[in-house]
Amino acid sequence: MASNDTPLTGSPLVKRGMAEMLKGGVIMDVVTAEQARIAEDAGAVAVMALERVPADIRRDGGVARMSDPDMIEGIKAEVSLPVMAKARIGHFVEAQVLQAIGVDYVDESEVLTPADYEHHIDKHAFTVPFVCGATNLGEALRRIAEGAAMIRSKGEAGTGDVSQATVHIRTILGQIKRLQSADEQELYAAAKELQAPLDLVRETAELGRLPVVLFVAGGVATPADAAMMMQLGADGVFIGSGIFKSGDPALRARACVEATAYFNDADRIAKVSRGLGEAMVGIAVDSLGAGDLLANRGW
Amino acid sequence: MSAAPRIGVLALQGDVREHRRALTEVGAEPVDVRRPEELAGIDGLVLPGGESTTIGKLLELFELLEPLRAAVKTGLPVYGSCAGMILLADEVIDGRPDQPTVGGLDIAVRRNAFGRQVDSFETDLPMVGIGEVHAVFIRAPWVERTGPGVEVLATVAAGAATGKVVAVRHGPLLATSFHPELTGDSRVHGLFVQMVKENQS
Repeated sequence: MASNDTPLTGSPLVKRGMAEMLKGGVIMDVVTAEQARIAEDAGAVAVMALERVPADIRRDGGVARMSDPDMIEGIKAEVSLPVMAKARIGHFVEAQVLQAIGVDYVDESEVLTPADYEHHIDKHAFTVPFVCGATNLGEALRRIAEGAAMIRSKGEAGTGDVSQATVHIRTILGQIKRLQSADEQELYAAAKELQAPLDLVRETAELGRLPVVLFVAGGVATPADAAMMMQLGADGVFIGSGIFKSGDPALRARACVEATAYFNDADRIAKVSRGLGEAMVGIAVDSLGAGDLLANRGW
Repeated sequence: MSAAPRIGVLALQGDVREHRRALTEVGAEPVDVRRPEELAGIDGLVLPGGESTTIGKLLELFELLEPLRAAVKTGLPVYGSCAGMILLADEVIDGRPDQPTVGGLDIAVRRNAFGRQVDSFETDLPMVGIGEVHAVFIRAPWVERTGPGVEVLATVAAGAATGKVVAVRHGPLLATSFHPELTGDSRVHGLFVQMVKENQS
């Protein structure tokens, strides 16, 4: 807690609170200032600045790294929304750079090529807040223990196939439901099973949700996809390749925002789903080999 | 007043759940507002924390802006925190030039006045009518100008921004730069519910 004479920056409350402000919103991947403008005009709640969307990273192969600071600053200058940017898993210097140039949130992301196959970034050491991916509750709580202030379920980025996003959000929320019915003894066993700290396991059981905001990512491509994730219990959605790899990004972006805000209103989702043009072509996750799955990165 | 006042929470985006919880704690009945017709039958309205650019844009896209302006004009009590303060302000400095706002509160606010997220902070400050408050500021605005009749309820008490105005009231309108809904302290919401009840009597 802050005392009267020391305004406190970078505290868990300030970092987690930032994510609370994004709830109910859509965070969009953008690669240019022009795309950032389209995202802001469509009602996005934040933008993720990166050099290539996941679909292109997947297609091009090679090593994917943090974006050029010039490119990120160009996007910061264009919009008044919060700007997020990605660092490689474990690459704490990329994160230091992103903090130094004033991004609002760092995504320690499996979409980029990992820099450390054992350690994630010690996120407590930073003033800037972090969002991290997770495929299950144990992974989410381990990231929170390292200091993540927001979690996104991973899905499978760059595919336009929502099936893995569904699996991961269902897994996380299902595991939380089971924790809620556990007694004290069972919580010890659950912590062991989840490979997560007991205090976070207990806090999650008491809250009936993660102690931080939980978004969905990885494969959302349509307004109905976005609304489905919200109905399943997500606090908001990330849309990566789904918007700017589609035929009419501005229209689709707005439609996804509206479907996220009115996720329980099927008439409204129907209305905004009309005439959107081509969705991103996509890749069925079934057709990918295990080595191609980005969700397997992170530990 | 015996019945719990029905207080709408604008639920397009932002920390709606936290405001609902705080309102429930102080004996109000919170209801989500997403459509113009949901403004009918509420005794007060909360504009939550969130992204002011986004919420302003959504108010316009979803045709809620004019109904909200009309409701404020007719004297509906409204409380805005952070983004909500920006939406209530008559003048926004450093916003997008085309940023739609509800207006009605005669103040000028500066968006992201304290800086970007790395400059967000928590601190204690005294608030008129409440006492010491633990205040959380997240990419927060401050008030640069207050019109006649606007009462200043709180200023920053420590650090580089000492003296900046961060809570104001004018008639049935209340606004804070900070987020009492995030700290589990419902006294500011208590003040607002009291304003709603005064307005009803």
